[in-house]
Amino acid sequence: MAFTSTASRRARESGPSGWLAAPALVFFLVFAVIPLAGVVALSFTKWDGLSEITFDGVASWARTLTDPVTANALWVTAKIMVFSYVVQTPISLLLGVFTAGGQRYRAVLAVLYFLPLLLSSAAIAIAYKALLDPNFGMGAGLGLPALAQDWLGNSDLVLFVVVFVIAWQFVPFHTLIYQGGVRQIPGSLYEAAQIDGAGRLQQFFAITLPQLKYTIITSSTLMAVGSLAYFDLIFVLTGGGPGYSTRLLPLHMYLTGFKANDMGAASALGVILVVVGLALALILQRLGGTNRKASQLEGA
Amino acid sequence: MASTTQLPVNPAAPTRRRAQEAPPPARGGRKRPNVLGALGGWFWLAVIILPIYYVVITSLKDQSGFFTSNPLAPPTDPTFANYQLVLESDFARYFANSLVVTVGSVVPALLVSFMAAYAIVRGRGWFLSSTNRLFLLGLAIPLHATIIPIYWMITRAHMYDTLLALILPSVAFAIPISVLILSNFLRDVPNELFESMRLDGASDWAMMWRLALPLVRPAVVTVGIYDALNVWNGFLFPLILTQSPETRVLPLSLWTFQGEFSVNIPAVLASVVLATLPLLVVYIVARRQLVSGLTAGFSK
Repeated sequence: MAFTSTASRRARESGPSGWLAAPALVFFLVFAVIPLAGVVALSFTKWDGLSEITFDGVASWARTLTDPVTANALWVTAKIMVFSYVVQTPISLLLGVFTAGGQRYRAVLAVLYFLPLLLSSAAIAIAYKALLDPNFGMGAGLGLPALAQDWLGNSDLVLFVVVFVIAWQFVPFHTLIYQGGVRQIPGSLYEAAQIDGAGRLQQFFAITLPQLKYTIITSSTLMAVGSLAYFDLIFVLTGGGPGYSTRLLPLHMYLTGFKANDMGAASALGVILVVVGLALALILQRLGGTNRKASQLEGA
Repeated sequence: MASTTQLPVNPAAPTRRRAQEAPPPARGGRKRPNVLGALGGWFWLAVIILPIYYVVITSLKDQSGFFTSNPLAPPTDPTFANYQLVLESDFARYFANSLVVTVGSVVPALLVSFMAAYAIVRGRGWFLSSTNRLFLLGLAIPLHATIIPIYWMITRAHMYDTLLALILPSVAFAIPISVLILSNFLRDVPNELFESMRLDGASDWAMMWRLALPLVRPAVVTVGIYDALNVWNGFLFPLILTQSPETRVLPLSLWTFQGEFSVNIPAVLASVVLATLPLLVVYIVARRQLVSGLTAGFSK
C-alpha cells in the first residue's frame, strides 16, 4: 500500500501510478524474461542437469545443428503446424459462423462442441490411445478393418492421427474465437447485401470473411505459436514415435534435456523454438497490417 | 452467412450420417447452404462425442467385458469397480494438489494482472507502454522454451518437488493473456465515471477497487476460469518440477496411472473421467460466463 499516496498524487495529471503494473512485471520478468535470457546463456554451456554448469563455447550449437534429429524435428514441427493449421482453420471458421446463428439447436450443439476444452491433453491422449487400439477400439467396434489399423505404430499414418487429435482438442477453442468475431459483425451489412440480392455464399465471401480479418489473424497467431507447444498431447500419445516420426521440436528439447541429460543442446533447441515462434508471430502481424497493433496499444 | 436469417432446418434428418461416411464440414455452395452447414455441424458433434462416449462406457466395463464385448457397445452389466480402484489409489491427494496449485496460481495471477491492466489502460508513460508491449510479446513466445532455466532456478531455490514450484511459474505464464483480456474490458469503462469519482476526491487505488473492479467483474471471472483451466490441465511444469507422489497433480497422475495400470484400460479411462468431472461441474455452472467472456475478450 506504500504507493497509494504516490498514485493519488500523480493521478490528477497522468492517471494511476506505473507501480500498479510492477507485481505482474516482476513475476513475468523472473519466470519468463530472465529464463528467456537464461536459455540463450545455457546454450553455450555443458550441463547434465545435476552437476556444475561449465562454459562450453559453441559446442552445444555445433552438436545441435549437425544432428540430423534436429533437422527432422524441425521438419516434423513444420508438417504438424501446416497440416493442423490447414485442417483447423476452415473447420473452426465454419463452425464459428454456424454457432453464431440464433437457433436454439445451434446453441445446444455449441455447448457440446466446447467439451474438449475441459479435458487435459494427457486425458485426451490417453482416451485416443484406447480409442485407436486396433483390437479394443473404435475400428473393432465398427467392424471396419480399414479403421482397425495400428494407427499409432505406423510411421506413415501417425502424423495424420496427431493432426486429427490436435484438431479435436483445439478446434473448439478457435470456434469460440470465431463465434465471437461473427457476432460483432453489424447485421446492417447483411441486410444491405440482401436488398442487393446477394446469396448466402456471396454474403459469406463479401461480408463475413473480410469482417473476420482480425479474428483470423488472432486465431492464426494463437494457432501457429500454440503449435510450438503441442507438447503434452504428443508426449503422452506417441512419445515422439514410432522412431522419430512425431518427435517435434518441444518434445525433442525435452527428451534431449531431461532424458539424454544434455541441457546445453536442449537449450540451443529452446532458442530455436523462441526464434521460430517470434518469427511466426511477426510474419502474421505483418500480414495483418499495422492497424491491429495500433488498436491494441491504444490507451497504453 | 447471415446466420440469424437462415431458415431452421430439421435437426433430426442428418443424424443418420455416421462419422466414417461424412465429408469434412461443408462449405456452402448450393442453393441451400444452411442445410450443408447443419450437416457439418451435426457431423462435428459426432466427432466430438464419439471419443467421450467411448471413454465413459469403457470405464464402466470390467476386464472381461472389455476384452469380449463390442468396444462401442454399452456395458451389459455396468460396474463402478474401476472408479473405486482409482479413488483408492490416492486420487484425493492428487485432486487436492491440483486444487492448491490452481487456486494458488489463479488468485495471485488475477490480482497482479488486474492491477497491471488497470494501470496500462488508465495510465500513461513509457514504463507502462513498454510493460504492455512486453506482455503482448509474451503471447507470441512459446514459453515452453524457458523450462530449462526455470528448472535450474527452482532447484537452486530448493523448491524442486514442491507445490510452490508449480505455482510461481504458472502465475507468470498466466499474466500476458490475463492482462490482454482484462485491459480489453477496462477500456470500455467510460471515462466520465472515473472523472466524477475523482471529483469526489477518490484516489486511484480506490477507483481501481471500488469502480473498475465491480464493473469488469464478469471479465475477471472469465479470465479466472480460463487461467484455472490452463493451470489445472497443465502437464509440463508438474512433469519437470515435481517427482514424488506427494506433489503429484491430476494430469500427471493420469500419465503415471496409465503406466501402472497399462493392462487395465477401463481403470485408466475411469481415471480420465474422474479427472474431468470437476471441470464439467464448473463448466455447467459457469459456461455462459466463460463462453461469452472469452468470445468478447478475443474478438476485441
